[in-house]
Amino acid sequence: MITVESLTKQYGGVTAVDDVTFTAEPGRVTGFLGPNGAGKSTTMRIMVGLTPATSGHATISGHRYADLPNPGRDVGVLLDASAQHAGRTGREILTLAQRTMGLPSRTVDDMLQRVSLTQKESERRVRHYSLGMRQRLGIATALIGDPTVLVLDEPANGLDPAGIRWMRDLLRDYADRGGTVLLSSHLLHEIEVVADDIVVIGRGRIVAQGTKFDLLRSAGTIVRAVDLVRLGTALEVEGVRVTDLDDALRVDADPAVVGRLAHQSGVPLTELRSDGAGLEEMFLELTADTQRDDLSHTDTEGAAA
Amino acid sequence: MTATATATATEKAALPAEGGARTVGAHRAIPMSRIVAVELRKMFDTRSGFWLMASIVILNVIATGAVIAFAPAEEQTYNQFAAAIGFPMAVILPMIAVLSVTSEWSQRSGLTTFTLVPHRGRVIFAKAVAAVGVGVVSMGVALAVGALGNLLGSAMTGNDLVWDITVGQFGNIVIANVLGMMVGFMLGVLLRNSAGAIVGYFVFSFVLPTLSMLLAQSQQWFSDLQLWVDFNFAQGALFDEDMTGEMWAQLATASTIWLVLPLVVGLVLVFRSEVK
Repeated sequence: MITVESLTKQYGGVTAVDDVTFTAEPGRVTGFLGPNGAGKSTTMRIMVGLTPATSGHATISGHRYADLPNPGRDVGVLLDASAQHAGRTGREILTLAQRTMGLPSRTVDDMLQRVSLTQKESERRVRHYSLGMRQRLGIATALIGDPTVLVLDEPANGLDPAGIRWMRDLLRDYADRGGTVLLSSHLLHEIEVVADDIVVIGRGRIVAQGTKFDLLRSAGTIVRAVDLVRLGTALEVEGVRVTDLDDALRVDADPAVVGRLAHQSGVPLTELRSDGAGLEEMFLELTADTQRDDLSHTDTEGAAA
Repeated sequence: MTATATATATEKAALPAEGGARTVGAHRAIPMSRIVAVELRKMFDTRSGFWLMASIVILNVIATGAVIAFAPAEEQTYNQFAAAIGFPMAVILPMIAVLSVTSEWSQRSGLTTFTLVPHRGRVIFAKAVAAVGVGVVSMGVALAVGALGNLLGSAMTGNDLVWDITVGQFGNIVIANVLGMMVGFMLGVLLRNSAGAIVGYFVFSFVLPTLSMLLAQSQQWFSDLQLWVDFNFAQGALFDEDMTGEMWAQLATASTIWLVLPLVVGLVLVFRSEVK
């Protein structure tokens, strides 16, 4: 379990991390979501002692990270897959971690196999690795100590779709076996598909947190029916706010509520789902003042799909 | 190992806590010897690192060959070989020390290093031990190559073998080179940047001595002081002279000013800095 309490980090006059408090529970994947520069990486670096906090603290199952006698055996960390000596081979980088942790040498081959890096690839220098291969190597370094906690900063960066799927399954499986997983991303979709709990950070502050289920529920429902007008009327009669999207309705209520009301009024539905784009909107709104880009031109399809 | 066995091992290794119940923080601490061994390995495991190490042996052989080929027969004494070999050693060893520290920042591998061992002092100490170890072993290699050269040279010229370096002198030369390495190490810790620390080393060992000499020539007060504060002067004495008690004291004061104090400042900065 990871506990972050009132963590604050200031650089001169700038507050990069502002009174951040959250926990990542065992058996669950916690998604740490926020735009670039929101303070995700700084928070994660403070967790593992690379950056000193101005105030507040972070603990791993009650221990300060620096107090762990052999931290790699308890916490698997991947902060930046490219932060490796470019002149070392992938195998050598993994071997250094294996030796530091005092693990049997066969674990290196086991890990290479687990992250699907071939023998030949492992003997190439990291300089020649694609970002995806570096991520796989970074995951291998994080996993080699058989830790119970994983801290991963943007692990899906540079992975191809199959790689992203592989990573997602790996983290899901890891949490299902009782492990604690904290992963960050600036892409909502990436977090949405794998996380159980979501912590949203913007401009150094936590702007929303909760289970994915709760956050999605609060985002509203998209509903389609053959007779949209009748459905809309039936919903409005019950006092639910409805927005007409031409071929569908967006309803500010749970899918369960919408389904029940539709059933009561005898309107057959053709589609009923949580509004993913609604969560996307919420994410963009919550983090709006931290965005560099003019959002009016942003195509949210990619992230919301 | 069969495919099945490998798969089983992989599965096992991938298992996190049994139901999350495994105690965190219950592993045995990482012993210093392991950190030193890993840091030593890191000095050899890149192509540049490997060739830097190999260049010690290569340059030893070239320097020895040059003495045999070019030095007048009567001057081919062990001292001559040692001096020829000593020059490239005095340049390469500090570079090795510089890079052992700065690459963690310049190549950003420190992100992993200081995460696996979240005590920067232990890592830096291990690096110092590894660097000095490499220095001492290199001096041993130089001693052996020089001895071979001396034997070979006298066999070829027919001159008498001259062994004109005492154990004490050799010890002093080793100390001088280790001090040189520590200067490189100190600059690495202080600047945490490969290019900066290497340039810094050359300023330290070629520019500062000249300035010190000029100052001593023009200013009487400094000329008296120089022996006590000029590091290169005090260090150089190790190569040439029988060290007196006063000379050791001068070496100690100069080392404190130019080596110990900046190293302390560098260490404080390393402990406080952010690893990015």
